[in-house]
Amino acid sequence: MASTKKDLTFKRVYVWELPVRIFHWANALCITVLAATGFVIANPPAIMSSTEASGQFWFGTVRYIHFATAYIFLGAMILRIYWAFVGNRYANWRSFLPLTQKALLNIRHVLQIDILLGVDKEHRLGNIAIGHNAVAGASYVVLFLLALVQVATGFGLYEPMSAFFVADLFSWVIPLFGSDFTVRFIHHAVTWLMILFVIIHVYLVFYHDWLEGRGEVSSMFSGYKFVLTDRIKPEDTLEGETPPAQEEEPWVEDEKTPAAEAH
Amino acid sequence: MKSIKNKRETYLQSVLKQGYSRRDFMKFATYMAAYMGLETSVVGQVARQLENTPRIPVIWEHYQECTCCSESFIRSDHPIVSDIILDKISLDYTLTLMAASGHQAEAAKHATMEKYHGEYILCVEGSVPLGDDGNYCCIAGRTAIDHLKEAAEGAAVIIAWGSCASNGCVQAAYPNPTEAVPIHKIIKNKPIVRVPGCPPIGEVMAGVIVHYVTFGTLPELDRLNRPKAFYAKRIHDSCYRRPYYDAGLFAESFDDENAKKGYCLYKVGCRGPMTYNSCGTIKWNNGVSFPIQSGHGCIGCSEDNFWDNGPFYERISSLNGFGIEASADQVGKATAAALGVGVTAHAIAANVAKRNELKNSIAEGTRNEKQVRED
Ligand code: HEM
Ligand code: SF4
Repeated sequence: MASTKKDLTFKRVYVWELPVRIFHWANALCITVLAATGFVIANPPAIMSSTEASGQFWFGTVRYIHFATAYIFLGAMILRIYWAFVGNRYANWRSFLPLTQKALLNIRHVLQIDILLGVDKEHRLGNIAIGHNAVAGASYVVLFLLALVQVATGFGLYEPMSAFFVADLFSWVIPLFGSDFTVRFIHHAVTWLMILFVIIHVYLVFYHDWLEGRGEVSSMFSGYKFVLTDRIKPEDTLEGETPPAQEEEPWVEDEKTPAAEAH
Repeated sequence: MKSIKNKRETYLQSVLKQGYSRRDFMKFATYMAAYMGLETSVVGQVARQLENTPRIPVIWEHYQECTCCSESFIRSDHPIVSDIILDKISLDYTLTLMAASGHQAEAAKHATMEKYHGEYILCVEGSVPLGDDGNYCCIAGRTAIDHLKEAAEGAAVIIAWGSCASNGCVQAAYPNPTEAVPIHKIIKNKPIVRVPGCPPIGEVMAGVIVHYVTFGTLPELDRLNRPKAFYAKRIHDSCYRRPYYDAGLFAESFDDENAKKGYCLYKVGCRGPMTYNSCGTIKWNNGVSFPIQSGHGCIGCSEDNFWDNGPFYERISSLNGFGIEASADQVGKATAAALGVGVTAHAIAANVAKRNELKNSIAEGTRNEKQVRED
């Protein structure tokens, strides 16, 4: 059975629940706004102005936006942590960490096929992740850690200007690093690390969308991804019934497939 | 030379003996209460305490330092400050200012340490070098480490004057050839009040020490053991150029139009937003001015490691590890650009490597497109 003759059929699977999607876009927006306002704070344009200082407040406004967005960013983060315990399996905290043998194998697969661009000779159904793949999951852990650093250093710098208890929770940060200098430097440098993350993340999303054609990009709007029908248990086994033991059959392409010839 | 008296005189007695009037003394008490941030109603209490408390002996040590702390202290607003805190005549120990010198001076110090064991105030000016067994700083033939440990043992309170004793200052800056450390790295079993600054403001120094002699307790300290009354706020929070900052009006160089108008010095490297000190309120030279008022940004002299967080005229520290002096932004931009190139290359390579897969799926899609029913 040559793959060229076999039509692939897909089913829609609801992968990203609404809270996950809202979080994703809130997070993306916050990071964009925080990085943009942050760079303005770091290096404001010098404006020649005939207006007296009493007549304008633009730099204060930029900082205000940065701090207000920071609170939203923190709030979204807390809600997402909550959802990592109550959401579906693709939102669960376990899906981010390579805890199982399967996840470790998946990391190898992703590195070979997607990063080093090897050609997959044996199409195991399980190789293609339905949620995020194991490498992507790990990269979100990294992003989460970067976000934690930004929240800690950001609120640490903000704490002396605020009497609100949330900010006061971070009064330990500056003493920990010894001075505002270091904290500010870390805050600034980690902004760049986040930008690097965004570049890689956005590229890989397009990469998967283009090569797999399963609606990777639109899934973060609609929540659905397309999954091979073979991977979905038949309708009648859905509700609480034990499905017939079904080994995942490796789907080996014909020796004559063009993919094999490529080698 | 008088040796240490048996009956200790009170602060008031000491002041009167030095030729000040009671009126001077009352003024002094008022000044002090104000520096400490106390209410006017407490002035009486301060005066009464100074009237009745016997003078507390002070041992003032000098290690790796430039004496700017001492200079600042003896020039604090009110002359009584240094006159009554440091008994320069019978003196306990202040190498730079005391009448005695050499063996006499060391003998006076030891006498004080024995007689007032557990009572004296130990003030330390300067950092302590640990390198080469501490030999980079020796006084009377013994290392600073030795002196410090000995003097700290019987001290009631230890005050670290200035950035040297608090943070290490310039001696501890990279590459720190003498392995200079601030004193809290050596004395761990006693509270140390840190009064950073290069130098600290004289009135701040006086405020700290007078707080202890009047109330017998240390002033309230923050998490870095700095007195809150003087180090709770950043220069930026009390800077008179702050409205320009909020309005986004900045000088870009020291001689531009904006600098002449007195705009905020943030873009020429002002450390005010990162520096905790009282320069904006107490100011310097008896309240005449402070760096920002004189047209120069704050260099953050009271902050940990401020020498290595340069250059002073750039907002963000440079990264020395990158051979040439590079700022985080240059490194970030270069990395982002490299990554952009890498990602583009990967995209092209992916299309080449996966061309057969792509051909198949495009063929399949096209076949399906032909089959689309239009009814
Ligand atoms: C995605 C997260 C964030 C990014 C990318 C970001 C970025 C930046 C950047 C680039 C700066 C300029 C640093 C400099 O002075 O050189 C900055 C400043 C600052 N950020 Fe953030 N930030 C983030 C989150 C936060 C959070 C959560 C807070 C918490 C309140 C915060 C508070 C601050 C403060 C207080 C400053 C210093 C502003 C000032 O001194 O006027 N940031 N941020
Ligand atoms: S001159 Fe310095 S301390 Fe003053 S407002 Fe500007 S940045 Fe802040």
